[in-house]
Amino acid sequence: MAQSKNSVRRLVQGNEASMLGALYAGCNFFAGYPITPSTEIAEGMARMLPKKGGRFIQMEDEIGSMGAIIGASAAGAKTMTATSGPGFSLMQENIGYAYITEVPCVVVNVQRGGPSTGLPTKIGQQDTMQARWGTHGDYTAISVAPASVRECFEQTVKAFNFSERFRTPVTVLSDEVLGHMREVITLPEEGEIEIINREKPDVPAEWYHHFEATPNLVSPMAGFGEGYRFHMTGLVHDPEGFPTADTNEIRKKLSKLRNKIVRFSDELVQLETTMMDDANIAVVAYGTAARAAQQAVLMARDKRIRAGLIRPITIWPFADDQIRALLKGIKTVLVVELNMGQIVHEVDRLAHRHCKVESLNRFDGEVLDPVEIFKRILEVK
Amino acid sequence: MAASSKPKQNKKNNKKSQDDRYEIRLSGSGGQGLILAGVILAEAIGVGDGKNVVQTQSYGPEARGGASRADLVISDGEIYYPKSMKLDLLLALTQEACDTYYPDMKERGLLVVDSNMVTQIPTKNYYGFPFSRLAREEIGHVMVANVIAMGAIAELTGIVSMASIKEAVLSRAPKGTEEKNSRALELGAKVARAAKK
Repeated sequence: MAQSKNSVRRLVQGNEASMLGALYAGCNFFAGYPITPSTEIAEGMARMLPKKGGRFIQMEDEIGSMGAIIGASAAGAKTMTATSGPGFSLMQENIGYAYITEVPCVVVNVQRGGPSTGLPTKIGQQDTMQARWGTHGDYTAISVAPASVRECFEQTVKAFNFSERFRTPVTVLSDEVLGHMREVITLPEEGEIEIINREKPDVPAEWYHHFEATPNLVSPMAGFGEGYRFHMTGLVHDPEGFPTADTNEIRKKLSKLRNKIVRFSDELVQLETTMMDDANIAVVAYGTAARAAQQAVLMARDKRIRAGLIRPITIWPFADDQIRALLKGIKTVLVVELNMGQIVHEVDRLAHRHCKVESLNRFDGEVLDPVEIFKRILEVK
Repeated sequence: MAASSKPKQNKKNNKKSQDDRYEIRLSGSGGQGLILAGVILAEAIGVGDGKNVVQTQSYGPEARGGASRADLVISDGEIYYPKSMKLDLLLALTQEACDTYYPDMKERGLLVVDSNMVTQIPTKNYYGFPFSRLAREEIGHVMVANVIAMGAIAELTGIVSMASIKEAVLSRAPKGTEEKNSRALELGAKVARAAKK
């Protein structure tokens, strides 16, 4: 039997895996502005999309890139852009537009050290909170953080699924080490991972409301040019999409943006634990830092220290209920991040006096060494 | 979608923390093809020989010059920490790389240097080969110094099979350079074999 070409073991780079995951999810439009360390995603898309009948556009800057993927998505395409910290900052204005107009799209942020131009070729996890609060106003964000090349693929697929299911932009929080790292993986076969596409309207065009309230709060979405009339604006709007100053409508719209995600967060939470069953010290880490933390937890176990690892894969919404439950019976929780402390505040909120919260931070462009984490475990246990 | 709010238990956790990691660093300056050499070596080990391997890299914002390095972690088991912790093998093509990374080596790690470029060597336990000179004089192209080094590493360590490294080199070699690259690889193995005796 002929072996399918996908089932072959291949050495794949993290950024390449993000690109392949996007194509697997059905992405057919990419607009971007190259920036280290994300450029391989744009390069791959420029090579692959035209072959698949899709479109690649190199835009004049990042805000233009964001505008292009919102517009293309509003016209029915599945769209993505890729960037790093400085570009992510420039995209924020239009990301807000995508939240309020409820346009699905995916932003891959291959994080480097900041602020500003910062450390172009060095790792950081300094955009974790920006992914949650980067644009102004009230909204609820969805972000995922892969920790391996395989997850770069899978989580990009998930990001598309989440964005289509919830009609909202989704951020993939990758990082420089992960983006440039190569591991041997077997790419999933077609059909192996479920692909979710946005719900389309099934009502006659004259009944169609682009932002109609529905039981799950996500409105079926017609594309421009598909025969439905609708209006899109960044102003707070009514279900038809026209600006409103009616306090009831305003409250309804903003609550919808929040509740369509918060009420269904169980569909979004992805969490991996290692040796938490009998742990009395928990390490919380995500992305590349979690790889070092996992090694450190195993080193601690070698010394009969009952350490365990909690690794959020979905960062936003934060896995409140699950992590609160995991922290029961834990004496100390150590939060390990490649920033000056961002997720630690979320963990602190959940630990809420039940256990001691400690942190270990590195922000000099290098990954934490497992030995550094292990030593910190010894200090705080 | 099978998204579930139940945390996924990681079952692969009854391993010792650092068993059977073999760590390699290929270092020199930007433009010497060290990251490409790292990718080729990883492909040979991971795809050709079927071991687990993670390749990472570190480089500055410059296109040429500046310190450049590729790291490989090789294991039969799961690889958690993707960067190297203590090097089993360090290849240094410049004095600066040797000075910078020698302290990252295991006590009984293997140091391989370009003997023309690295003249102050911090240990007696090392192999020196004039990779750049061999590339220029024997093969006629300075760019294949990295391939000669890979041939030498394969021969000295056995960490990768000759067949796999050859296949990986040739699959990445630009058209028309296959012969030069094959010869470079064999030359590296030859000089290493002679040095081992």
